[in-house]
Amino acid sequence: MKLNERSVAHYATCDSPADHAGFLRKRVERHHHHAHHHGTSYQRRWFVLKGNLLFYFEEQESREPVGLVVLEGCTVELCEAAEEFAFAIRFDDAGARAYVLVADGQAAMEAWVKALSRASFDYMRLVVRELEKQLEEACKSLAACRKSPWKSSSSSGRKRHLSNPALLPLQEKPTALENGYSTWGSGGCVAGGVTYTDHDGGQTKPPPLPPRRRSAAGSTTGSPVPGLSPAMLESPVSPETICFSKLHNWYGQEIAVLRREWQERQKRGHP
Amino acid sequence: MRYNERELLSLARQPAEKAAEIRMSVPKKGSVLKKRLVKLVVNFLFYFRTDEAEPIGALLLEHCRITKEEENVFSISFIEEPERKYCFECATEEQCQEWVEALKRASYEFLRRSLIFYRNEIQKMTGKDPLEQYGISEEARFQLGAHRQ
Repeated sequence: MKLNERSVAHYATCDSPADHAGFLRKRVERHHHHAHHHGTSYQRRWFVLKGNLLFYFEEQESREPVGLVVLEGCTVELCEAAEEFAFAIRFDDAGARAYVLVADGQAAMEAWVKALSRASFDYMRLVVRELEKQLEEACKSLAACRKSPWKSSSSSGRKRHLSNPALLPLQEKPTALENGYSTWGSGGCVAGGVTYTDHDGGQTKPPPLPPRRRSAAGSTTGSPVPGLSPAMLESPVSPETICFSKLHNWYGQEIAVLRREWQERQKRGHP
Repeated sequence: MRYNERELLSLARQPAEKAAEIRMSVPKKGSVLKKRLVKLVVNFLFYFRTDEAEPIGALLLEHCRITKEEENVFSISFIEEPERKYCFECATEEQCQEWVEALKRASYEFLRRSLIFYRNEIQKMTGKDPLEQYGISEEARFQLGAHRQ
């Protein structure tokens, strides 16, 4: 089966942040079914975890991974190898071999087991769905307090549409907002400049909206486009078609910029 | 680069987020559109000959660009080689749009951004970090900038 290996290797080595990384000793699997004893040997490799993919390199500085373990559907367990601090990545498949890995110490082993056992796409998706629900509920209870006309078209099946005209000021009909987008980013379900009453009947002014941004061309998943500055980004969202995934890409670009800035500060030695 | 092909093949047999027969071409010289069974499972897109159980190939959908081309056609290309495009010709405009939307949301990195977004929004609205109750608020993958250890 073919795999887009060049792109996969690029993903492994590009500067998008890793979820975990470090040296591990990897047991070399030899098939000694008929031998009286196994010769177990281990190879020290540099491991990098990104998402649901575990890459390993010959050296930390290597420009290409020597191997990849797709982690989807695996279980991670401590194992009773002769080695201390050993753990295994196993798959359901009856004939599948396990990957036995050995860490440098107790803390390292625990950190790896924790990171790997939460690495699956499915797990991430679970958490996201849960938070999505929580956010909807938080919005609803806020809207209920304001007694606004709430029109929510519930998402069905795979669509993550959140068309929420109710996320607009009380007094006005849904029209184009100041920045041309619904105010998810401003921490409340209101447009800037409009006050709303909270639970206790007090009045709170919502925080100011982020500055106007100009269009970004196309949309990509993954790492930020080099040279993209906040001034070049604009929400592609109009109130009539509030599509969450578009909002995502837009918000994601902001995060990507923040992340880059954070990384640069790290490089300069700031805490 | 070695990889656990067996597990990937097993993944290809899992229930798909989306599957359809779509005409597809690969970025090779002289490549023509051929009918394939295309199947999206987590962040992989598998493609099969329509009568075979094992996929011809798999595309990891990280750092890729999904582009709507002319009507009914979309393409997948990867950041480091933007000119090499995998093209998909759908039966209808609607099908094309659905696939574009689904593929844009199919990467682990997209999920991560979503999570950070929701976490932030909930925190702003309720004052509470929603991940705390699960005991995972310190996990590197949920932070704005996970760093190498």
